[in-house]
Amino acid sequence: MTATDSKSSNFGVVETEEMVLNMGPQHPSTHGVLRLKIRTDGEIVTHIEPHLGYLHRCFEKHCENLSYEQVIPFTDRCDYLASMANNHIYALGVEQMMGLEVPDRVEYIRIIMVELQRIASHLMGVGTFGLDVGGITPFTYCFRDRERVLDLFEYTCGARLLYNYIWIGGLSHDLPENFVQYANEFLDYFEPKIDEYNRILTYNKIFIERTGDVGVLPADVAISYGCTGPVLRGSGVSWDLRKNEPYSIYDRFEFDTVLGTGEMGTLGDCWDRYFVRIQEMRESIKIVRQALAQLPEGDVFEALPKKVRPPEGSIYFRGESPRGELGYFIVSDGKNVPYRVKMRSPAFCNLSVINEIGAGWMISDIVTILGSLDIVLGEIDR
Amino acid sequence: MDLQSIVKSVRGAQPEALVADAAQEEHLELTPDRWREVARHLIDDADLQFDALMCLSGYDEGPEGSLAVIYHLFSMQHKHKLEVRIKVPRDGGSLPSVADIWRTADWHEREAYDLFGMTFEGHPDLRRILLPDDWEGHPLKKDYLTPDYYRGIPVPKDKRGWE
Repeated sequence: MTATDSKSSNFGVVETEEMVLNMGPQHPSTHGVLRLKIRTDGEIVTHIEPHLGYLHRCFEKHCENLSYEQVIPFTDRCDYLASMANNHIYALGVEQMMGLEVPDRVEYIRIIMVELQRIASHLMGVGTFGLDVGGITPFTYCFRDRERVLDLFEYTCGARLLYNYIWIGGLSHDLPENFVQYANEFLDYFEPKIDEYNRILTYNKIFIERTGDVGVLPADVAISYGCTGPVLRGSGVSWDLRKNEPYSIYDRFEFDTVLGTGEMGTLGDCWDRYFVRIQEMRESIKIVRQALAQLPEGDVFEALPKKVRPPEGSIYFRGESPRGELGYFIVSDGKNVPYRVKMRSPAFCNLSVINEIGAGWMISDIVTILGSLDIVLGEIDR
Repeated sequence: MDLQSIVKSVRGAQPEALVADAAQEEHLELTPDRWREVARHLIDDADLQFDALMCLSGYDEGPEGSLAVIYHLFSMQHKHKLEVRIKVPRDGGSLPSVADIWRTADWHEREAYDLFGMTFEGHPDLRRILLPDDWEGHPLKKDYLTPDYYRGIPVPKDKRGWE
């Protein structure tokens, strides 16, 4: 038998060795310093094991040594793309422990800021997702518009990324002159831009090929893994804490919960998760418009407490950050320093599902799936 | 369902799982040894259906007290909540893992083990998750002492100049 014969007799049975690949911690598509240990069989990924902790900054340990007010700048740094939402939910939790009522104007300004932040955060998520699947132009478009949101924040409180703006019982600054006009101008400018994203990215043939039917997450798996936010809604579960468990003053606004539909493939695929974010930006625009129109007058500093000392007890307070259910478990022993602060971060739970939905796909699809989860490592590692 | 009826339901299914005065003002206290059976009951019972584990936190009562694990449960069906607390001894404390019942618990149990040191029996992969694998001690325990050196690198304690 010649060598050629022996080869042809094995035709169709290609034996490969299992290979272990390290993706990250310095990899452009891991959105930070995440390391994925990937076992592959040829081109197919068989197991993904995320290794976390490269960005661990001992948030919970720090909280044991800081007063309640001093924790707020640290919450900024957890999810650094949605600092306002972090501030907001932490402040609401402590206020509820203290039984503190804040003026209406404060509540409205908070909602305006948090929803503008949601737009900025989703722009980042959408833009980098496009980058992950090979579209560079949409990323620059998204950053162009995100800059304008950051300009509004800078105009309000002086910071572009880490604001320390929402305080317990109030705000660090009142709205500056003409803010309402500038915010409305931004919304008028931004609303048509969403159609531009749809034209350049959402309904792009190549983009749909890369994301439709990829990484399907069934609803029951999503609930069991604790996935929340656009990841859960992309799987068709109507669950939005702003709607289902209204906190702050979300019950005063009209907006819809956006769900995945399986329009470009199967329900719960990467495209659905992506498109939920696009549509949520429209809903945020609606909320901000209503809040700007109803914005009452008042003094934003009047409810700021002299001393923050919640009574003994504990609370688990949760709210909807751009990434999902953000919760703070705060235990007080009656002092001005929290006894224990635990942060339940949405991206931590969303990332834990990656092995479930990523196994069986190719490495290039893992990049897509990871991008569609929209993780922020600052929040995962805390 | 309010806490009283939840306690009644759990008592009916697993009477010995409850700690003497189980229904505190806002949470339910259980003993570690029957926790898996109670967890099964909580998720399977048609009136309870706690299918979502919102949060799992480790907790330390202080250098003289014991450690605890706190579970915040939620039912997407019935929209009710439950807080379960399970105390474990300070040294070598262990309790059954529920990582296969609520998949959220998998990473959160690793985190609690990492920062508090209690072990979860039957966990598929109980390793440190946030700290390096060779870290000594469990930093969120109240009697934890910050080490002087980590791998020969001095840990800064002198705060003059920046505080």
